[in-house]
Amino acid sequence: MGVEQKLGNMGIVTTTLETAVNWARTNAMWPMLFGLACCAIEMMAAQAADYDMSRFGMELMRPSPRQSDLMIVAGRVSRKMAPVLRRLYDQMPEPKWVIAMGDCASCGGVFNNYAIVQGVDEVVPVDVYVAGCPPRPEALIHGVVTLFEKVKGEKFTDLVKA
Amino acid sequence: MDNRLEKIVQVLQENAGATYEEFRGELHIFIHAEQIVDVLTYLQDEHAFTLLSVLTAVDYWPQENPRFHVIYQLTSLTQNMFIQLRVPVNASQPRVPTATGVFDVANWREREVADMFGIEFEGHPDPRRILMPEDWDGHPLRRDYPLGYEEPQFSFNFEEIDLRKPYVKE
Repeated sequence: MGVEQKLGNMGIVTTTLETAVNWARTNAMWPMLFGLACCAIEMMAAQAADYDMSRFGMELMRPSPRQSDLMIVAGRVSRKMAPVLRRLYDQMPEPKWVIAMGDCASCGGVFNNYAIVQGVDEVVPVDVYVAGCPPRPEALIHGVVTLFEKVKGEKFTDLVKA
Repeated sequence: MDNRLEKIVQVLQENAGATYEEFRGELHIFIHAEQIVDVLTYLQDEHAFTLLSVLTAVDYWPQENPRFHVIYQLTSLTQNMFIQLRVPVNASQPRVPTATGVFDVANWREREVADMFGIEFEGHPDPRRILMPEDWDGHPLRRDYPLGYEEPQFSFNFEEIDLRKPYVKE
């Protein structure tokens, strides 16, 4: 049933608005460059030729928070950098997601001391954690694909903040 | 020790009341806090020690008097020598005159020592914290500062630590 039967092969697809919106969001999600330390090298490697992230829609990385949807926190965040990180997160327009890449961003990594924030989820709300020290480019891409699965499952009713 | 260093040590002993210790070929010269600027100026002008390579401190904690030693290491490029001066500082009054008038590089080095050890440098033009955030309490490199930060989460205590962790709400 549906419009396809009446209109024949006119190239029309019917779907729900949520599916369409989520499909559009995942197909062209631009990450913000937030490579702080060693994980940045693996993020660059994932973006470069061999493990290409532009296959997944991340054609370019925007250094400006105003023009990006995804913040990949790659590397350890020190206590002095944490307010800066929060400020850049606040400057990103909705909808926005955060991937905590690597062990230092997920839980403080090997650094259990006064200088490093123990997990970047003390500063920004994180959607996907990618483990590894540093995670291989394939692991980061797996994290990105996991985020896409999460975004595809998002409903409009979730976005209404009570 | 080197002949030239011997002469310098003799001059310092007579004029500044310095003592010295030798340990495995290394020479440590102890200077009083009030005279450190004069000694640094003298070494820079008369003996061509133009490079302040090292300005750090050591904490000998359970010992209160002196508790810190501030270490200055000067290098002379023309004579291929270096000399190490130590200033013992008490725990009750950790104050040393600043060396920024003599060596410009001492500016940030002294900020680092002040941030990490809590030693005050009198007359420093910019006494802010340099490594830790400005509103941080405490001086991390002292011996009585706790070494780790949080308790490691294993599977048996995961939930109880998870409840206490300061996650951000949004």
